[in-house]
Amino acid sequence: MAAVMPAPAQSRLLLSGNEAVARAVWESGVRVAAAYPGTPSTEILEEISGYPDIYAEWSVNEKVSMEVAIGAAFAGSRSFCAMKHVGMNVASDALMTLTLTGVVGGMLIAVADDVGLSSSQNEQDSRFWGRFAHLPVFEPADSQEAYEMTRAAYELSERLQVPVILRMTTRICHVKALVTVGERGTHPASGFKKDAARWVMTPAGAGRRIPMMFERDGKLREESENSPWNRVESGKDRRVGFVTSGPAYMHVRESFPDAPVLKLGLSCPVPFEKVRAFAATVERLVVVEEVEGLVETELKAGGIDCHGKDILPRQGELAPNVLRPAVSALLGEAVPEKLAPASKVFPRPPTMCVACPHLGVYYTLSQIKNVVISGDIGCYTLGAGHPWNALDTTISMGASMGIALGLDKGRAEADKDKRVLAVIGDSTFLHMGMQGLLDIVYNKGNVTILLLDNRAVGMTGGQDNPGNGRDIYGNPAPRVDFAKLVESLGVKPERIHVVDPYQLPVLFKTLREEIKIPEVSVIITNQPCVLIDDYKKQPPLTVIDDKCTGCGNCVDVGCPAIHVMRREKAIKPSGKEVELQFVQIETAACTGCNLCVQPCAPDAIVPADPSRPIALIRH
Amino acid sequence: MKANIVVAGVGGQGTVLAGKLIARAAMDAGLHVRTSETIGMAQRGGSVVSYVRISDAPIASPLMAPGTADAMLGFEPGEVLRSLHFLRPGGTLVVNEHTVAPVAAALKQTPYSGKAMIDYLATCGGRLVVVDGDALCAEAGSPKVLNVALIGAAAAADALGLSLAQIEDALRRSMRPHLVDVNVRALHAGARAALRAAPRETEAAAP
Repeated sequence: MAAVMPAPAQSRLLLSGNEAVARAVWESGVRVAAAYPGTPSTEILEEISGYPDIYAEWSVNEKVSMEVAIGAAFAGSRSFCAMKHVGMNVASDALMTLTLTGVVGGMLIAVADDVGLSSSQNEQDSRFWGRFAHLPVFEPADSQEAYEMTRAAYELSERLQVPVILRMTTRICHVKALVTVGERGTHPASGFKKDAARWVMTPAGAGRRIPMMFERDGKLREESENSPWNRVESGKDRRVGFVTSGPAYMHVRESFPDAPVLKLGLSCPVPFEKVRAFAATVERLVVVEEVEGLVETELKAGGIDCHGKDILPRQGELAPNVLRPAVSALLGEAVPEKLAPASKVFPRPPTMCVACPHLGVYYTLSQIKNVVISGDIGCYTLGAGHPWNALDTTISMGASMGIALGLDKGRAEADKDKRVLAVIGDSTFLHMGMQGLLDIVYNKGNVTILLLDNRAVGMTGGQDNPGNGRDIYGNPAPRVDFAKLVESLGVKPERIHVVDPYQLPVLFKTLREEIKIPEVSVIITNQPCVLIDDYKKQPPLTVIDDKCTGCGNCVDVGCPAIHVMRREKAIKPSGKEVELQFVQIETAACTGCNLCVQPCAPDAIVPADPSRPIALIRH
Repeated sequence: MKANIVVAGVGGQGTVLAGKLIARAAMDAGLHVRTSETIGMAQRGGSVVSYVRISDAPIASPLMAPGTADAMLGFEPGEVLRSLHFLRPGGTLVVNEHTVAPVAAALKQTPYSGKAMIDYLATCGGRLVVVDGDALCAEAGSPKVLNVALIGAAAAADALGLSLAQIEDALRRSMRPHLVDVNVRALHAGARAALRAAPRETEAAAP
């Protein structure tokens, strides 16, 4: 994103939580900001890259993004990194020692939980990291708070030389509300000062820093007890007092406008004395928190009686219509009648795009039998679905490599002839897949790897990465040569193939040959994501109705532009009953990728405009 | 509370922008506003729902409870059904009559009839305004203005708590100059269609 003139101070802007954090990061005088894209946090860095006088980067993974921020903070600059919840798992190795060194320049780590699983492989509660790493955690409840807490976090971070965690959730990141913004302050870097006892964490050095971390815990507890972010809002209905944080606070306010509320903004460490005093003013305490009953457990351990996950769900998002019946039941009131549930409508899961290069890969994989396909995280995870059913595992970023090796080494006797494949995208490979491939090579695994290079981080919206030669600003950047990269990791040159995924016969032949060879091979596909500028549309195709025999081969490609218009039962010469599927192509959506033409037995698919032939060669 | 609005559609139809434009108009009118979206995999043709809450007093939750939406903008009949439980009894539904069949439905040939769904909506209570989105886009001169046409229809049906003029002002202020004309045309085409469609007061009491 090119830098534009930021809105002036005192502007009232309609901002998402992500946009509000970006603005506050800029205003806080942050000099270095880094992230790896991940829903729902992605837009923070995209926004930051639009502000002047701040260095922003897409890092190859979350751990590196955190390390970049750590380095900048060691150099005395204010720094920032952002990630989704599972990104923190990757970065946590750095985090757990960073807590011992602390920082000089203020450092904020924004971590966004996908509560309700809109686009993630799990649901986890990032507030645990505050406990695990002895770090303060801020939890905003809306965009204005996300903005203000970000600014407050830098002040706290520098005062106690402690990195701070900003815990967001989807309903913070993607909710827009009005925010009044301020001015950019400047915080020149104080410079890196050598201090091996602090910056070089040897066992002896770390041993000396641990007591300092405990000492800081005490200061943070005091901070939390006195923080204006942990505030009591009085209410006249004292039957229930709520302890709550994050977007759950908004649902509580909406549902119980007359109830007393202790809102935790600096929620880690928990201000026990404040909670104790609050509890004494109400008949019973209910802790309302997303996702785990974390504060609830801590309060109970501290001898404060409360309700929480005994009456509220432990999974998914909270909302006013979840809270009201639960609290009514607790009070022995009539529970409001449940409204009719949502209508049963045909599900509409995400699909691959029209002409997506992955379609060619999954069509081919669906034609190959007796294989186990270890998958990874990205658009291509959708290959597990209809009509391909050609992906068998997904766990975490880059896991397709190690899991494939494990499937190979741990195979059952009955599976000795099964071929093990792995499918991974370019960005996921660079994120955490390379090490896994090195392990396969080093340990002589028998895995055929499909490296789907579509030159973008597709699922999060097509961000740039080291594989496509552009940086976060769209400026030219060094570009990884995947064939050379995998060769240098030890894959034999004759086992590396770069293929066009739209050339189905080539892809099929290459794959068939490679799975027969009992050693590691890598097939790299080389066509861009259809949502980025690199993709060049071709003239659309159409079906000649008279020629369509209903064989359904094109349907198996899985392109959303192909629609089955009519079905008929037919008896094959063998006596087997088959269902014929007569199709049409949605010409307005079709971009002429040519995939469906290739399996079409009767040559019924032709250019919609006969004067413009199908282009078979791409670059 | 002035208005709870649900915007339901399919990834790529412009639902998120529609929510943004309504919010912008409300903000310019000096009202409080919160919008919330489920957009995790929206770009991949999944369901997208935006919630817009507008009020003259500060708003707490960005989410609305089922049965409390005053209006729903339906970009696709099936997506309207999926979110129908949000509509309050007597709420207003502005629906594009054209379906976007889910890929799996298209491939498995599950019946997916827009007419059947609209007929069902007509039995669900509330006011139903059905518009021909394709025709409105053709009238405006772009396939990408369904969202603004539906907002025009909803404003004309007095479902947003905002006037057509307020929406048009917001549109002129927030859109890039070369997009303004076609979108203003779509806005008014939608408004005319809603007035022509003469909202049906439907039969049953509650959704």
